[in-house]
Amino acid sequence: MSVTSVRRAGNRVFIAGVALLILWVLLPIWLLFVNALSAPAEVTGFPKRFIPSFDLASLSFFFGFSGVVDALWNSVKVAALTMILSIGVGAPAGYALSRFDFPGKETFRFLVVMTRAFPLPLLALPLAVMFIRTGLDDTITGLALVHTTLALPFAVLITFSLFSGIPLELEEAAWTLGCTRLQAFTKVILPLAAPGIAASAVFAFVISWNEVFAAAVLTIENRTLTAFLLQSIDVSPLPLKFAGGAALVLPALFFIFAVRKYLFAMWGIANR
Amino acid sequence: MPRLLPYLLLLPATAFLCLFFLYPFVQVAHDSVMRNGVYTLENFSRMAGHWKFSTAFWNTMILAAVVVPIQLAMALTMASIVTKLQRGRSTILYIFAIPLGISDLAAGLIWLSVFEQSGFLNSLLVGLGIVDRPILLLGYQNTWIIFIAIVLAEVWRATAIMMVILVAGMGLIPKEYGEAADVFGASRWQKFRRVTLPMLKPSLQTALILRVILAFEVFAVVVALGGTQLPVLMSETYHWQFAMQERGVAAAFAMVILGVSVAFTILILRLLHVPKGARV
Repeated sequence: MSVTSVRRAGNRVFIAGVALLILWVLLPIWLLFVNALSAPAEVTGFPKRFIPSFDLASLSFFFGFSGVVDALWNSVKVAALTMILSIGVGAPAGYALSRFDFPGKETFRFLVVMTRAFPLPLLALPLAVMFIRTGLDDTITGLALVHTTLALPFAVLITFSLFSGIPLELEEAAWTLGCTRLQAFTKVILPLAAPGIAASAVFAFVISWNEVFAAAVLTIENRTLTAFLLQSIDVSPLPLKFAGGAALVLPALFFIFAVRKYLFAMWGIANR
Repeated sequence: MPRLLPYLLLLPATAFLCLFFLYPFVQVAHDSVMRNGVYTLENFSRMAGHWKFSTAFWNTMILAAVVVPIQLAMALTMASIVTKLQRGRSTILYIFAIPLGISDLAAGLIWLSVFEQSGFLNSLLVGLGIVDRPILLLGYQNTWIIFIAIVLAEVWRATAIMMVILVAGMGLIPKEYGEAADVFGASRWQKFRRVTLPMLKPSLQTALILRVILAFEVFAVVVALGGTQLPVLMSETYHWQFAMQERGVAAAFAMVILGVSVAFTILILRLLHVPKGARV
């Protein structure tokens, strides 16, 4: 075989590998949606078709099931609160890390990085007691506080990398033109950092939206969708599970699409 | 004022982490050695004495030992592909990254649709004439199929995290190293083995630590696919906390998970140690 034919064969193997990996990621999601978009009788029936019948009975059964709409709404509320809290608390810290050198900076970074070496959902156990004492048990706020702990390290690290990417000179120019520090920040830095901050906010939303363990431990009446699905997993019929799964997955597809440009800023800088 | 400003900006985040990260860990350690108001190791002995404990412990460990190496290999392959691509790079990266946004519970349900008795795998097997009628795949008689289903779901769901970290890491490796290897006539495999892998150590370290800790936390996937038939540490923790209302024993389980997580973090840091001067 000549060199070119070897290379061409190699390219074909490469393309086949890529196609296989794409299929590996997408096919399972497709199968879930086939189930969610088929009638309950088809979901429990046999054999399965690999194309949905676009019957909305499963979905309407799911949304009509007692507690589901509330759980969905709770999930949205917890995730939204997590998003606001983690950006509100994390962004100032990210800005401070990127702009100032001060004693204690390394200690703080160590604290943030350390959170990644611990199984954070376990925090829910002791916090359950603390929340009962403070009246935060089984509330949206209590769960959002725990989810913020999960999202905060990412919020700090991504905003740190965002602000580091904006030249200090821009800020200094604004100062010399008579802006105060705050004005320079809101008029010059914020517009530049806004898309990245939005991306890390979306990411915080996803973390909270997907979290299962802490949600299941900390909520009883005000369950989120994940807690609802988990706690009723033994008793719920298949159509309900699959429709619920689809309801969990669909927003995630959009979220990851929205933040795809910032994935590296979020995970890549975790290296340093 | 300017000297105080950074501390002011850090104050909310620090306070938050102290209150909701440091304090709960002290508290959970305290709860694990406290029973009816006295310090004791009874929680641990109750935990270790329960017949499910060693099963749960070893299930968790074996799952991690099977899942993580597969994921490492796949993540390296996917990252190499993404790095090599010229056209369609962002689309393929998006597709590869999709599972990153998917909840472990949803991933469990996705693979349940494949493995349940009237599911897609049975439909395929019957359609191809391999079996005559659908078989119960996720039953207690064949726990090994449950195990395989969990491995597939975990590999499917959580490889993306490692992939993204490794893609970012590969982007940091200076092109000159690869070019130098080309000049000396290195094959693709040699280049990968001798240049990319050693240069990738810091990213490998991060990816492995994150992934191994998440592997010890495996929970919703196991519950969705196996119910209580395949106990793992996290599902036992949940069971003791919620169903048995034994907070002390749940805390003891938490300490075990915490212990193995920290031990493996240190081990990975040691094994993949990168001397300061050798960093890019």
